[in-house]
Amino acid sequence: MTLPADIDALVRLFVVANVVLLVVLVLIYIERKVLAHIQQRLGPMRTGFHGILQTPADAIKLLIKEDLTPQSADRWVFQLAPFLVFVPIFMMFVTIPFTGELVVRNLDLGIFYLVAFSSLHVVGLLMAGWGSDNKYALLGGVRAAAQLISFELPLAFAILGVVVWSGSLNLKEIVELQTGIPFLLLQPLGVLIFLVASLAELSRTPFDIPTAESEVIGGPLVEYSGMRWSIFMLAEYASLFATAAIAAAIYLGGWEWPFAPRAGELDGWAARLAGVTWFVIKTLGLIILVFWLRGTLPRLRIDQLMGFAWKMLIPFSFINLIITAAAVVYGGVILLAGWLATGGFAYAVYIRSRR
Amino acid sequence: MTTERALRTVDMHINVGPQHPATHGVFRMVLEVDGERVAGCTPYIGYLHRGFEKLAENEEWQEVIIHLDRTDYISQFNNELCYAMGMERLLGVEPPERAEYARVILAELNRIVSHMMFYGAFGADVGALTPFLYAFRERERLQRLFEAVSGARLMHFYFRAGGLKEDLPEGFADELRRMLPAVQHGIDECDRLLTQNEVFLSRTVGVGKLAASEAIAYGCSGPVLRASGVREDVRRSDPYSLYPTLDFDVPVGKNGDCFDRYWVRLAEMRESVRIVQQCLDRLPEGPIRTPVPRYPHFRVEPGEIYVHTENPRGDYGLYLVSKGGVQPYRVKLRSPCFCNLMALGPMLRDSYLADAVVILGSLDIVLGEVDR
Repeated sequence: MTLPADIDALVRLFVVANVVLLVVLVLIYIERKVLAHIQQRLGPMRTGFHGILQTPADAIKLLIKEDLTPQSADRWVFQLAPFLVFVPIFMMFVTIPFTGELVVRNLDLGIFYLVAFSSLHVVGLLMAGWGSDNKYALLGGVRAAAQLISFELPLAFAILGVVVWSGSLNLKEIVELQTGIPFLLLQPLGVLIFLVASLAELSRTPFDIPTAESEVIGGPLVEYSGMRWSIFMLAEYASLFATAAIAAAIYLGGWEWPFAPRAGELDGWAARLAGVTWFVIKTLGLIILVFWLRGTLPRLRIDQLMGFAWKMLIPFSFINLIITAAAVVYGGVILLAGWLATGGFAYAVYIRSRR
Repeated sequence: MTTERALRTVDMHINVGPQHPATHGVFRMVLEVDGERVAGCTPYIGYLHRGFEKLAENEEWQEVIIHLDRTDYISQFNNELCYAMGMERLLGVEPPERAEYARVILAELNRIVSHMMFYGAFGADVGALTPFLYAFRERERLQRLFEAVSGARLMHFYFRAGGLKEDLPEGFADELRRMLPAVQHGIDECDRLLTQNEVFLSRTVGVGKLAASEAIAYGCSGPVLRASGVREDVRRSDPYSLYPTLDFDVPVGKNGDCFDRYWVRLAEMRESVRIVQQCLDRLPEGPIRTPVPRYPHFRVEPGEIYVHTENPRGDYGLYLVSKGGVQPYRVKLRSPCFCNLMALGPMLRDSYLADAVVILGSLDIVLGEVDR
């Protein structure tokens, strides 16, 4: 049975939106637990078995809190900002493929669409920073704008390497090209740049400068509470999930690699289950890597971060793009140069940090 | 034809504290920032002022000790030691040997506890969450020991003129002997967790430099002074208690930056373990208190004296005046944190907003002592 296209899209959107909400709740729980165990604590333990009901309880608490707007805030800007952060990030899920079938719409310009929407939420953060009429929020908002716009470039260029090599902007096609070798091995420099740049895009440790707790006390979020604050949180974790899902798709072979069931080997449902399992393992692995970094690393300073983006990541993302383009023209062996360039990148980081 | 017109910009004043997560208590500073650059800093203190010096004039000699616990509330034993020594010198009594050893052991363990507190808070200032919890695990070990000794975790009230309140609890030495390797291991673990971290280094090396001459001019002492390369430690330069007989080094930094201040404290923790080990090996049995005249009242001979000890935060000095009454006539505290805090201005030159937090953290101030 196939539904009419419009109804089908609506059903899929509804399912995906709810799945994302659920995933966010789970991710917050996982983050608290992972971080707690890194820090030799137990984390939430009281609400439900090992605290699994803690995040739903927190969510309910946040939703029923009073919706406060500071008197001196720019009312409209302040109240609108969380939604301008939240909507673009949720729009990304339109084309993020969980498996070949589990996707709302498999757009031919999928990657272009994702890159475009992933850079929109900076407007919301800047509005939150400005509209709060709070100096900490303003500093944080300006920091967020500077950081997110700077890291947009290396991120896009790293993804461009994949696009040039695969010759497609369609995420499904990119995944299907990776049944043999995942792009992780073909684009080592690209993966590295993508991971670093997306950590900065997500404002995650060591790049959590816009919300730095010990400096600007939460930055743009400082005046928010209750539901509006929880929408920021929702957007933060949703974008973490989205980024990890994109990375899993374009670098780790998505739902197919390493063991894609051959045609006819597994029947429909088993094959779907296998695909979802691979997707979950890869995405969750990347997300836990991000949590792990949060438990390990201190925070960089804004000038160091910007210097790193403009002087290191962008030049090396150009190098990556050039190598990939040369490989497309002169044959895949040239991709080996990517490994050399990765070594060069590591050496350059080492030189920069030597004192 | 184009005339260059500078954009008119206004420096922003940011109020940091007294309820900011990075101010370590209730310190308040108004930072003048030009974007991310710090252009000026106006510190405000006094939010924790309790009038300790005046209170001390209205308490009996021994009762003043409880207020000393509350000055630098992270290095209580060191404060008590300073005051007890002052009373003893006025009285002309010497504490028995066992009491001396117990005092030095407790003071040095207290130094470890205090520096652990610094380590955790400094990690949090730089943006790392985990060191804080590791540091508190190590602190907790020793805090439990302190609890066994004095019955209190924070406000010990354990040292007295002429010795200690009561003997160390049974099995204290064995327990501590068992614990010391774990403490040493904990320090090493903390060292591995943060010291070589590239991000940590890039945030602390070369940040908040304080030249030796400046440090001396501002009256800095303790790790802040030593990080600038001045080998000055009251335990060595004006030895008291058992320190002349003990073998330990005074770690000294080179550059006087935040990293050196951090490193000096880490090295001092190791030295403290060494000192405790030596004291523990020699800890004698015997009385813990030299009798002092107590009836009808405990009085101190008329006179005045200045005593100072090397606290975890620096040169902690007390000026005591006695007119022979049951209460001190005057108690003046020379607060190391207060003097160290004075150097904040020169350190903040050409720094970023994020550095200001790290620099303040590297001073390791305790407001209870700054404000008194």
